[in-house]
Amino acid sequence: MEAGFSILIGLFFAVGVYLMLSRQIIHILIGITILGNAVNMLIFTAGRLMREVPPVIPIDLYVPAGATANPLPQALVLTAIVISFSFFAFLMVLAFRTYQELGTDDVNEMRVAEPKGEALPPQGY
Amino acid sequence: MAGYSTSVDIAKAMFTTPVPLADWLVIAPSILTIIGGSICLILRKNTGLQAKLGLVFLGLLVLNNFALLGEVLKRGVITMVMGNWLPPFGIAFTVDALGATLALVAAIVAFCAGLYASITIDSSGRRYGFYPFLLLMMTGANGAFLTGDIFNMYVWFEVLLISSYGLLVLGNDRAQLDGTVKYGILNLIGTNLFLIATGLLYGQLGTLNMADITIKVQESGVSGPLMTIAVLYLLAFAMKAAAFPVNFWLPSSYHTPRIVVAAIFAGLLTKVGIYALLRTLVMLMPAARAELAEVIAWVAALTMLTGVIGAIAQSDLRRLLGYLVISGIGSMMAGMAIGSVLAVSGTVFYAVHSILVMTALYMAAGLMAAMAGSYDLRRLGGLYGASPLLAAVFLVLALAVAGLPPFSGFWPKVMLVDAALQLGWTWLAAAILVTGFLTSLAIGRVWIYAFWRGGPEGTVDGGSASLPSGSVLAMAGGGQSTAAVWIPLAALTALVVLFGLLPEWIMEVSQRGASGLIDPVGYLRSVFGGGA
Repeated sequence: MEAGFSILIGLFFAVGVYLMLSRQIIHILIGITILGNAVNMLIFTAGRLMREVPPVIPIDLYVPAGATANPLPQALVLTAIVISFSFFAFLMVLAFRTYQELGTDDVNEMRVAEPKGEALPPQGY
Repeated sequence: MAGYSTSVDIAKAMFTTPVPLADWLVIAPSILTIIGGSICLILRKNTGLQAKLGLVFLGLLVLNNFALLGEVLKRGVITMVMGNWLPPFGIAFTVDALGATLALVAAIVAFCAGLYASITIDSSGRRYGFYPFLLLMMTGANGAFLTGDIFNMYVWFEVLLISSYGLLVLGNDRAQLDGTVKYGILNLIGTNLFLIATGLLYGQLGTLNMADITIKVQESGVSGPLMTIAVLYLLAFAMKAAAFPVNFWLPSSYHTPRIVVAAIFAGLLTKVGIYALLRTLVMLMPAARAELAEVIAWVAALTMLTGVIGAIAQSDLRRLLGYLVISGIGSMMAGMAIGSVLAVSGTVFYAVHSILVMTALYMAAGLMAAMAGSYDLRRLGGLYGASPLLAAVFLVLALAVAGLPPFSGFWPKVMLVDAALQLGWTWLAAAILVTGFLTSLAIGRVWIYAFWRGGPEGTVDGGSASLPSGSVLAMAGGGQSTAAVWIPLAALTALVVLFGLLPEWIMEVSQRGASGLIDPVGYLRSVFGGGA
């Protein structure tokens, strides 16, 4: 199962990076979301995929009776999902505001902070 | 998580003694700033009170981190475990000399920025949340410096990042939106890389606790997967720290926000990346760092040189300073490439120096622009006549950033060059020295243009042009004392001079931080108890 997931994750990474190389901000944002999902699946797979019982300890024991699933990747992925979702939401609003202000969503045309053809710095002392 | 023994020592797993009071210092920075940030957020509309409260909490943070550093220097590494989940299972906060030093300097800089902002950020900026964002950014920075768990560090990075977005876009200018898009997307990619590396590391070693990782990496030796993870960390944190060739987001965004925001960013944020690099490469994976030394050295040299050449090619004062930030990162990475205790101490000292001096330089630039009405070198001029004091302060900072004695930039450069020559990195030492020379050129030109000549371009040299707005109060919107601008600038400059004249103390602290990274016995013992 890990092998299949690895291929899927690789595919997600490829799609994410391809979209992020686009000039349209909206494509970049979708690419970021896909990349984020790829990363989440990567953590999940790295924590081993298995069909064991949940790590619940019987009432009269100190440790789980048999082999149990590893709960930590779920906790990690949950944290990562919340964070990447909130970042995506923020960047979405930012991109919309930028589109409103600058009238473009093409990164090549967003040159307000670094205008093209600036005069040379003062030469000499 | 198969593999741990099934016998459980209940007595060891349960603390019944209360946590010593001093240990609370370890997590107090995060708690203080979260509480302060929340209260400021609640008082969003009361902009006057917000500034006072923000300063109170930042002041408490400085005191707390000062006490924390004292405690760490006295007792060695301090560990606090959340909820008595003993390491390596729970989340541990582990503070060594390096983390405590950087947390203290960060707190000082944040307090100075808060004071500076109390008259330079107008009430609309406060309503948009300057103080909450500043405090929450400090939550993230302190958490990242003090945590002992690599996934936890990722979370603190995100706390820091989301607050920094808020600060960067504060004001909603066109240029700010443009700069924030670039900063936001590139930094998000950087943290995603960090998360990928952390996920793979967990898959490889089955642990996230830094002390536990150190032990397991030592046991398993350097292997293909570990090298991959080390390279991913290098790329991720090089992006955060703005090292060549992943640094172009910095000069395209750092000149857009309010000057005090630029000041705290330039001082603090890239150094968090450097700290993370030190922690992951030097402490967690020393063997991988040694393998990568040549790569890091090239990255360092190119960062230094492209940074300073970029600075020479700028006419906008803020962008020029942004390039100097990058060039400083190169010097810090040089220490990492060399890797001896002396070199890493040089890196730590340089980080402390750079946090102070870059923040102060941006603050001084804010004052200069308030007097001359522009950040453009062509329109600056004649400021010596307007304020000889500012000219002197700027000259001190300029000499410090160029690494000339007797100011704070000199000593870390001496340490780095000395370490480089000791281990045969002659070309790296040469790169550091050439960078120092070119930095003097770049920053010296600013001083000559802005202060020495009679007036802006077009006026006869020697004549004095009347300055357009002529007053610091233009920044403040009038009516208030300018002391709140001068005190932080003077305090930071005083520290720069102090560290230049009396470097022994800070040298010793950085040396303790560096040897704690290279030989983390104290760190491991603190986390796992004496038996480790």
